[in-house]
Amino acid sequence: MTSQSKAAPGDADANQAPGEPPAPGVVDRLADGLFQLVLSPFVEIGALFSVLWQTLVQAVRPPYRVRLLLASAEFIGVGSIFLVSLTAFFIGAVLSLQLVDGFRDFGAQSQTGAVVGLGMARELAPVFTALMVSSRAGSAITTELGSMRVSSQIDALVTMAVNPIQYLVVPRVLAGLITVPILTLVFDVVGMFGAYLVGVHLMGLDPGVFMERMRWLVDWDDVRQGLIKAAIFGFTIALVACRQGFHASGGAAGVGQATNRSVVQNAIAILALDYVVTAVVIGQGL
Amino acid sequence: MGQASTPVETPEARADAVQIRIQDLHKSYGTHEVLKGLSFDIRRGKVNHIIGPSGSGKTVLMRQLVRLESPDSGQILVDGVDWATLHGLTLDRMRIKFGMVFQMSALFDSMTVFENVAFPLVEHTSMSKQEIRERVMDRLGILGVAAAANKSPAELSGGMQKRVAVARALVRE
Repeated sequence: MTSQSKAAPGDADANQAPGEPPAPGVVDRLADGLFQLVLSPFVEIGALFSVLWQTLVQAVRPPYRVRLLLASAEFIGVGSIFLVSLTAFFIGAVLSLQLVDGFRDFGAQSQTGAVVGLGMARELAPVFTALMVSSRAGSAITTELGSMRVSSQIDALVTMAVNPIQYLVVPRVLAGLITVPILTLVFDVVGMFGAYLVGVHLMGLDPGVFMERMRWLVDWDDVRQGLIKAAIFGFTIALVACRQGFHASGGAAGVGQATNRSVVQNAIAILALDYVVTAVVIGQGL
Repeated sequence: MGQASTPVETPEARADAVQIRIQDLHKSYGTHEVLKGLSFDIRRGKVNHIIGPSGSGKTVLMRQLVRLESPDSGQILVDGVDWATLHGLTLDRMRIKFGMVFQMSALFDSMTVFENVAFPLVEHTSMSKQEIRERVMDRLGILGVAAAANKSPAELSGGMQKRVAVARALVRE
């Protein structure tokens, strides 16, 4: 009591209980916050690579959980077909609409099919498919694993001598790796259908020219470039989503924050990886 | 009183009877020390209770016992083997000797009650489907939740969930 009455106003130790460590001051808290801000990206990357390493190790170790892989593939792949198709149709349609209108100014509207096909195969299909899968399946994976974490279901797996990375993460990551390229092919086909429908039936392009120009410019290498990207995106989406869910903490609010981080990190990762992969593929001439 | 009624044992026989030995266990979270040099023995075939006020470290102790966490210092000996020295398959072999019921039951949402209880048998035994069915229904019957076998955990009350969790912990011999 005596020490409290003598303390100056604003003194951090004024309300300090005897025996407790002194509360940090404003400068200390600011420095700590700044330190955390600088450190957090490295912590995130470290945790992601730790999960990646464990996933690769567990992926080659038996037992091979084919049933879980198929269930994950059904959830990520089959469950995303409608959303991906709908997105593809409208992307193709609006692209065709814009290109016909733009190309008409200099009489190049016959190139619409070729440009839509090239853009779709190399960029739009893998990137939009990945963004859709991340929004639908990635967020759901984080929420599911996060709920399992905060309700001790992952701990229960450990106590029953079942490796949670092998049981929960490996099937989902492999499913992402396999299904996103397939969804990208679906995007290619449906997107081109949307572009053809608008370009030919709405904007009056010649169907033969539309298809012929597309065949002339787009070849298998372009589609393959998109599929390579899609495989990398699919793997990354599932890995990031699993990592966030796997390490969620803090109850329902913590799961919500983990899901938020998962969606944001996946969107950034997809766009950044798109540039990196494109630079590598073009640079290497793959 | 307890000491007076305990039969006289040789040191060797006493050591054999100890299944789990906790020695000078310490565990802290940040500056908060939860376990402060805890030591005791758990004898084979005996029922032990760990009682204490809320926040005294009972759950923390259980998490060290099944090695969901590692202690800062001290030893946990299970059948004379130091937990800390076990890794990989040897750790798994030791772990499946334990059955644990979590505070929140920790039943798998994506499975039915039957699948939850059958899970340890499916994962770690070569029992046939029929044998698994019989064992699981037997355990569920003992705990009075056999009628809920095909329900999902979310459809059960908290008490029923806890009984299913007990069945899952006891389903292995």
